[in-house]
Amino acid sequence: MINRIAAIGRYGTASIQSIGRAGQLLLNSLLWGGPGSAGFSDLIKQIYSVGVRSLSIIVVAGFFVGMVLALQGYNILVKFGSVSALGTMVSLTLLRELGPVMAALLFAGRAGSALTAEIGLMKATEQLSAMEMMGVDPLKRVVTPRLWAGIISVPLLALLFSTVGIWGGAFVSVDLLGLYDGAYWGNMQNTVIFYDDVIQGLIKASVFGLVVTWIAVYQGYDSVPTSEGIGKATTQTVVISSLAVLGLDFVLTAVMLGSI
Amino acid sequence: MTSDIHVDVRNLSFNRGDRMIYDGLNVSFPRGKVTAIMGPSGTGKTTLLRLIGGQLRAEKGEGEVLVDGKDVGLMARNDLLALRRDKMGMLFQTSGLFTDLNVFENVAFPLRVHTKLPEDMIRDLVLMKLEAVGLRGARDMQPAELSGGMIRRVALARSIAMDPELIMYDEPFTGLDPISMGMIVRLIRGLNKALGLTSLLVSHDVDESCAIADYLCILSGGKVIGFGSPEELKNEGNDEVKQFLTGDPDGPVPFHYPANDYRQDLLGSSK
Repeated sequence: MINRIAAIGRYGTASIQSIGRAGQLLLNSLLWGGPGSAGFSDLIKQIYSVGVRSLSIIVVAGFFVGMVLALQGYNILVKFGSVSALGTMVSLTLLRELGPVMAALLFAGRAGSALTAEIGLMKATEQLSAMEMMGVDPLKRVVTPRLWAGIISVPLLALLFSTVGIWGGAFVSVDLLGLYDGAYWGNMQNTVIFYDDVIQGLIKASVFGLVVTWIAVYQGYDSVPTSEGIGKATTQTVVISSLAVLGLDFVLTAVMLGSI
Repeated sequence: MTSDIHVDVRNLSFNRGDRMIYDGLNVSFPRGKVTAIMGPSGTGKTTLLRLIGGQLRAEKGEGEVLVDGKDVGLMARNDLLALRRDKMGMLFQTSGLFTDLNVFENVAFPLRVHTKLPEDMIRDLVLMKLEAVGLRGARDMQPAELSGGMIRRVALARSIAMDPELIMYDEPFTGLDPISMGMIVRLIRGLNKALGLTSLLVSHDVDESCAIADYLCILSGGKVIGFGSPEELKNEGNDEVKQFLTGDPDGPVPFHYPANDYRQDLLGSSK
């Protein structure tokens, strides 16, 4: 019994220490260096690595999600004689929720896990130690540009996801189901409000970008430098950041809608 | 005026978890000499290098690690980074080459980060360092294309890029074929002589270490059990030092892990 309580205590202490280290890493990385602290070419390289190379998965996923939304929405709205609201439904769902959330989840799976594995391997092969011994701060050189690249990339990917999703919705509803395209695009234009819908979606995506990238770089930086340790850290990145995105989405939505 | 002692470890105690690594360690490393730090596995040789480099720090009041008279354990992060940048170099066991950069860019990395030298000067400096390790012709190769010995030599060129005063080698001979090992041995001795570096070398290879080291420092049980020239230690060292240097399987460090009486164990009369 005592052993169990001690084990719970150890787990709790380790978790709090881990959160403390993660907070320290974030503060040090962001306070010590702006986006270009390791040189803008490094930042651009990282944006290419985590952002540009995620384009294909974002575009394909966005198009399919938009198509499914339109298909489901059409079948529901037709029962109430409101199919003309389909464009509104698709665009608001994507801009407010699915764009930021899905882009962040896909980003965590593709770029987040890669970031963790890359930094973990740099640690295991003593590249980070070598950097330190050359008088170069690995936080500034390795972590900061990757963190900023994630913060910059995710909102842009979310916007792209929503845009492609709306086109996917248009393809299904207008081209396949025969909805009048004026109703699809016109109602969307009349109801989507730039600040309430687009900007709030972008704020969400920025927060998700920061959180997912933070978790990814921390997991890599704090990983046990063995193949097993890096594998575990990579899995944790995907699991923790996915749950964090979904949990934060609820909190942000509640705050933005002023419901809580 | 610079002291003859470059690195001075005073009364250092250090633990990893519950395990004691050093218990009041005292050792001084002379300036401009090659000192090989040797000892049984797990005795804390690499840990000592990391303490000197400031990557590990002893608890407050648990001793001092002085480099050029300054306690690295008490240095602020930025001062420590500056000390490493200006005065230290380290060759890691796995070399720590950046896998996304080619040989030239790996060696140029510290110069690009720390200096504002024009590109043609950086090129000249990098080529000079690569020439010193015999790899000027491999400048465009990627780390994945290099052999183990070449990787070690590139890492060596990178660690001397900023012309350090102190260079630390962590197991530089491990996993190398005889020719590559011979090259690294020659380079360590040659660089020490040409640049007047203080070299600290952690190794298990007695013959190679004795061939290039001015001094051997033998660690065991958290303390220094022998310090002197290879000849002195071979002739006058205590039994444990002699056992280590000759590689005897039995001696003060016994072959058998402590156990109950063998006969009684076989007869089943003891558990």
